Amino acid sequence: MADENTHKITYREALKQAHWEALRDDDRIFLMGEDVGRYGGAFAVSKGLLKEFGPERVMDVPLSESGFVGAGIGSAMAGMKPIVEIMTVNFSLLAMDQIINNAATLLHMSGGQVNVPLVIRIGCGIGRQLAAQHSHSWEPFFAHVPGLIVLSVGTHEDARGMLAASLKSPDPVVMLEYTFMLNREGEIPADPFTVDISKAKVRREGRDISLITYGNGVYKCLEAAERLFELGIEVEVLDLRVLRPLDEESILSTVSKTHRAIVVEDAWKSVGIASEVLARISEKAFFELDAPLYRLCGAEVPIPYPKHLEDASVPQSEDIIVAIKKILGHDSV
Amino acid sequence: MIAFKMPSLGADMEAGTLVEWRKSVGDQISHGDIIADVETQKGLIEIEVFDDGIIERFMVEEGAKVPVGTVLAMIRPVDEKPQKLEVSEAPEEIKKKSVEQAHQTNAKRLKITPLAKRMATDNKIDYGKLKGTGPEGEIVKKDVEKAIEELAVSGTSPKVSPIEKQPIPSSTSQINVPSQKSIRAAVAAAMTKSKREIPHYYLEKKIDMSKSLDWLRKTNEDRPIQKRLLSAVLFIKAVASSIEEVPEINGVWEDELVIKNEINIGFVLSLRGGGIIVPAIKNADLKSIDEIMEWLNEIIPRARAFKLRSSDLSEATITLTSIGEGGADKVFGIIYPPQIAIIGLGNVIDEAIVENGMVGIRPVLHATLAGDHRATDGLVGSRFLDALNKNLQNPEEL
Repeated sequence: MADENTHKITYREALKQAHWEALRDDDRIFLMGEDVGRYGGAFAVSKGLLKEFGPERVMDVPLSESGFVGAGIGSAMAGMKPIVEIMTVNFSLLAMDQIINNAATLLHMSGGQVNVPLVIRIGCGIGRQLAAQHSHSWEPFFAHVPGLIVLSVGTHEDARGMLAASLKSPDPVVMLEYTFMLNREGEIPADPFTVDISKAKVRREGRDISLITYGNGVYKCLEAAERLFELGIEVEVLDLRVLRPLDEESILSTVSKTHRAIVVEDAWKSVGIASEVLARISEKAFFELDAPLYRLCGAEVPIPYPKHLEDASVPQSEDIIVAIKKILGHDSV
Repeated sequence: MIAFKMPSLGADMEAGTLVEWRKSVGDQISHGDIIADVETQKGLIEIEVFDDGIIERFMVEEGAKVPVGTVLAMIRPVDEKPQKLEVSEAPEEIKKKSVEQAHQTNAKRLKITPLAKRMATDNKIDYGKLKGTGPEGEIVKKDVEKAIEELAVSGTSPKVSPIEKQPIPSSTSQINVPSQKSIRAAVAAAMTKSKREIPHYYLEKKIDMSKSLDWLRKTNEDRPIQKRLLSAVLFIKAVASSIEEVPEINGVWEDELVIKNEINIGFVLSLRGGGIIVPAIKNADLKSIDEIMEWLNEIIPRARAFKLRSSDLSEATITLTSIGEGGADKVFGIIYPPQIAIIGLGNVIDEAIVENGMVGIRPVLHATLAGDHRATDGLVGSRFLDALNKNLQNPEEL
């Protein structure tokens, strides 16, 4: 995969470059969040940015999510372009009132007069042994709310490109980043590039079955697809990327091509993104289906601390492989 | 193991009496074989089986009256090993097996994926005969593709359905003719249900039959007497073609309109002793005029002798009633539930018709349609009658 057109970079570095570029290019953009300045970010995403851009552009805030998200909304209404970082997704609960009742709703409440061009970045997901209070996959909570654009940063390409695209949105964007992937290396294009935050993206083409996923699921699905390819099974991997509004066209298109689908997500199974995706397939592509639809989701338990239990609580590549073989009636099961 | 159940031979049937088993335990049976005679309010019906296999055991004895859906016999598919339970088996094991068996019995419903079903329907493949190769034995895309290929190779046009097999002579010497009373009760039950539940709307159209009658006369001139066509054949064919143009009229009401792809026309036959019986001509759109004529020749004596088979009586998707020569000029039908329409054709009679400002005398057919207003509106029914008129003006194209 490595060639002269791409270069290797960690997920953390990709996020950091995106911030650096944003702060450089537009004076109205500033970053605010807990420990983003002097400490360099809880996950070192903003390390060094304070020194380069100063305390007015990279702003440490008190430990009060409702307060600083509200401040971000206010400054967005006043013409600034704030990036608000919420350290981990569990803390976002404290800011939910601001996010839903103000950020997502003001355009409607003002009769279209006041929009909120705010980007909220949130570290989330499982995989770092942070136990039941710091490992959530709450994409479905945010994706439930009309008025928000909800992005799931599942690849290095998106870690590098989604922030710039989000800052162009006139409406509030929630970017969900995955702490598990911070140290992971991946390839991104060497030349400057932009990404589209309205479409899902096929990360790998295949004809036998579609894996529809996002976030931590993307690389797990690609790994499963790679291993199944050796068995002659060609898996298509669709990265949803945008969880609200869902790119229904891409979902229906991949299902119409392969006629079988599994949705893979770390979030709890009931009432999740997978439920929504499968419902839409049933509604609009029923007569394309050549196998029952299937979900691989998080176990419906508080996330356990021990590594082996934590691993067992979300679908892994191995689970995906077993499920696909079963659906395809593959002999070696 | 496949559970063979008491079939429903119409919306009004609740139970049937198993009069005679036509096969024995251990007999090899295949799709279409007549396995038993069942007595219903409509008479003695020959019951066909839709699976291939060997009869493992009978679950109901001759003479027993059982509700629709009761398991009558267990059929072992050809490729399945006989069940044997050894005494040494742990009770746990036996329990598990019987649970599995029960599960299989419940899963008797044909499994086919939505895609495969759509493909089979589009290509007029009878998927009931396909063998599924999916992980749970379901029919999948691959199986339908194979069937389409085989049809192409064998050169058989998939559009022609096999003509009904000749009736097998009954082994019962005495034909069990249903009483006047039971026929009357069956008609009463169905019609009462219809008028109680279905909000009917009625439409009528006058159809100039000059061209159709001319065409029939000319066609029949060249035919030997036994091959001559009745006008009923033309009516059935014209109705089938019109349904193709207005498919919304062909279906059933199941708390919502369910449009049927198959066009199975129930054709009302009056019985000499009173009462009616409505055998269905299946896939009427795919049958030629001659095939429909053959069907009529075959079914009328069989129906009047109460020698109908289960497949003759089930699955009609619309009903056609034709008064015939010398009868009433118009007939306004009552829908046979759960269908959503009935077409009524009156006696063809000479009438004064105004055409291009001139009065002429023409043979006229009064065609009516009674529609279920829950399922369709008058516009749909009207489009159907227009199509029927158009088709009867171009009989040579049917």
